Amino acid sequence: MERILIKDGRIIDPANKIDRIGSVYIADGKIASVTNEPAGFKADRVIDAKNQIVCPGFIDLSTRLREPGQSRKATFASETLAAAAGGITTLCLQPDTIPVIDARAVAELIKDQAEKCGYQQILPIAALTQKLEGTELSAMLALKQAGCVAVSNANQPVKNLLVLRRAMEYAASHDLLLMYRANDFWLANNGCVHEGVLSTRYGLPSIPDAAETIALAQCLELAELTGCRVHFGQLSSRRSVIKLHQAKKYGLAVSSDVAIHQLHLTENNIIPFDSAYHVLPPFRTHADKEALCEGLVNGTIDSICSDHQPHDLDAKLGAFPETEPGISSLETLLPLMLKLVSQRAITIEQGIAALTQNPAKILQLDGGALTLGFAADICIFDAEQDWQVNSENWKSQGVNTPFWGHIFKGRVIHTLQAGKVIFSRSVLTR
Amino acid sequence: MPDNLQLNSEGKLKHFLTIEGLDKQVLIEILDLAESFVGMNDGRIKKIPLLRGKSIVNLFFENSTRTRTTFELAAKRLSADVLSMSIATSSTSKGESLLDTIRNLEAMSVDMFVVRHGISGAAHFIAQHAAAHISVINAGDGQHAHPTQAMLDMFTIRQIKPEFSRLRVAIVGDILHSRVARSNIQALNTLGVAEVRVIAPKTLLPAQVETLGVTVSHNLAEGLQGIDVIIMLRLQKERMSSALLPSETEYFKCFGLTEERLKIAKPDAIVMHPGPINRGVEIDSIVADGPQSVILKQVSNGIAIRMAIMAMAMQKQGAM
Repeated sequence: MERILIKDGRIIDPANKIDRIGSVYIADGKIASVTNEPAGFKADRVIDAKNQIVCPGFIDLSTRLREPGQSRKATFASETLAAAAGGITTLCLQPDTIPVIDARAVAELIKDQAEKCGYQQILPIAALTQKLEGTELSAMLALKQAGCVAVSNANQPVKNLLVLRRAMEYAASHDLLLMYRANDFWLANNGCVHEGVLSTRYGLPSIPDAAETIALAQCLELAELTGCRVHFGQLSSRRSVIKLHQAKKYGLAVSSDVAIHQLHLTENNIIPFDSAYHVLPPFRTHADKEALCEGLVNGTIDSICSDHQPHDLDAKLGAFPETEPGISSLETLLPLMLKLVSQRAITIEQGIAALTQNPAKILQLDGGALTLGFAADICIFDAEQDWQVNSENWKSQGVNTPFWGHIFKGRVIHTLQAGKVIFSRSVLTR
Repeated sequence: MPDNLQLNSEGKLKHFLTIEGLDKQVLIEILDLAESFVGMNDGRIKKIPLLRGKSIVNLFFENSTRTRTTFELAAKRLSADVLSMSIATSSTSKGESLLDTIRNLEAMSVDMFVVRHGISGAAHFIAQHAAAHISVINAGDGQHAHPTQAMLDMFTIRQIKPEFSRLRVAIVGDILHSRVARSNIQALNTLGVAEVRVIAPKTLLPAQVETLGVTVSHNLAEGLQGIDVIIMLRLQKERMSSALLPSETEYFKCFGLTEERLKIAKPDAIVMHPGPINRGVEIDSIVADGPQSVILKQVSNGIAIRMAIMAMAMQKQGAM
């Protein structure tokens, strides 16, 4: 395997409390040293990272790559390239593929196909219930043995709290993490926007924030009852942050993430009837957005995910309520995080920790850090380089993003996965 | 709302999708033009050649008798060729997408679409995707807007009470699901009425209704005090099955407009309703057919208003 020297970059590794200019040495696909040259190290390849930031590769806790089942929307090939171009070296895959990840064979197929695209770290999330129907438990242990890192019912409702309780007890028995998107199916009532000013003005079916907070409160109670570790994904409301803050203070084993676009957009940003803004949970108010940012800063929210959901054009072509929800977001994850830094909402250490160290901890992975002996998953980016979201630069097959046409600061230059360069961009291309 | 979608580069009406974003002057212009058509509708010669040679397609994805008929008559009186399609029973049931339906009709050299659709935003979607020369008139989209209904309501109000700035208007009933209410509230506020008051139980009001620029009452008797214009809304039967209301009887008891309650409003108050009326549910027959009711006037005014709006939207194509 290639020995690689990444030299003269600004190394930011929150897990090891490193922020300094220096070099990273990679041998056998692993971190051999940070800063000090190991004795007898002879690099086969030198990457000049001058004026660039070198940090652990990003770990994305919630994505959909659309394979198997919906390759008209996206493929492993297109989306793993988009992930690599976005500095993401580990992808957790929600189980609502077709077929659903509720059988060993599906989990294994996913890992195989992704590896054929030269991407090693796709971590399937197992379905909590068979076919995600919310009634019968999936074969969680078998799925764990097949490489699933957690269980989730994706966006589908669990039939009732008794089923959820049983599922959590069973998951806890096998030390499986439940990834839960808090959403009361009935209160959500097929809504497509936040219940607020916008839904009132445009007569759009709406989702109150209580649909999230009530489901969250119920699941917190069950977390205590069952002892199941729970990760709350894609939070969207201020009151969820408050509830979670109390639960963490109380000592429950819970964690959470927020989708990156929730930290930037509110219902006021929605261009009326523009389906690019159709996403679930919906964009809520300024107060919600601020609280989510604050939660990230004070540690109530541990991690930032992309909540990547690529779509084909037809899925977004129609009257707003009839279009499919979701944003293609692997490639805007880093620039949107950096935008928070430039807005002084978070520090760059907090931002990188929310993309590396913290998700690794949630998944109990040896990763998300430039620790000696860890797999060399590394992102090297230029925090100052401008680029435009356009068809020339975009890698994902899904062009469904409200940021289309935007010019962002911050661009990935190299991505390494287990010591292998899986993405490299000529510094000159804009 | 992107204003430019409805207006062309010279600020003239191109589509008519919503009242939002249109200023008072445009609304007055519509009312004045409609005024000039009213006399014509009463006369013996009911046709003018303003839109001769133009093709208008009424695309009704939702059933409607009154709106479709008045649009059809309005188009015919402007000498346009008009075709009415009930798509609910046509191509979409064969799986054809909204966009394909539009593309096919475009290929037949249509100049204007009049669209009624059950989903909020459908008319905007069609306006955004139709060929550049085509005008789109929204004849009601989901719970969003019904701007031609709002304009005919304004027209009817102005005929009887010409000074908008003095008026207190009550809108009673299912505001939450009503595109008529949303468009009327915007039109009334744009024309500068003294007050728009919505009267309904909380289950039939949108979450932040006050942001629309209205005052709120949950009690009809209290809410009608000092009111000049009462707009009653139709109550759909499915509101009972979705647990928004206990029963029609209870609704009538609380929010039905009776002769007695009408007396609470100003003595010269007028009663309006976009139709079709549920007699004995939201309004008593005696009131609906009584001297203060202008419900049938609204229907006949619908033709003149729709003529005016169609003519204005076609200006860029050489009409007028």
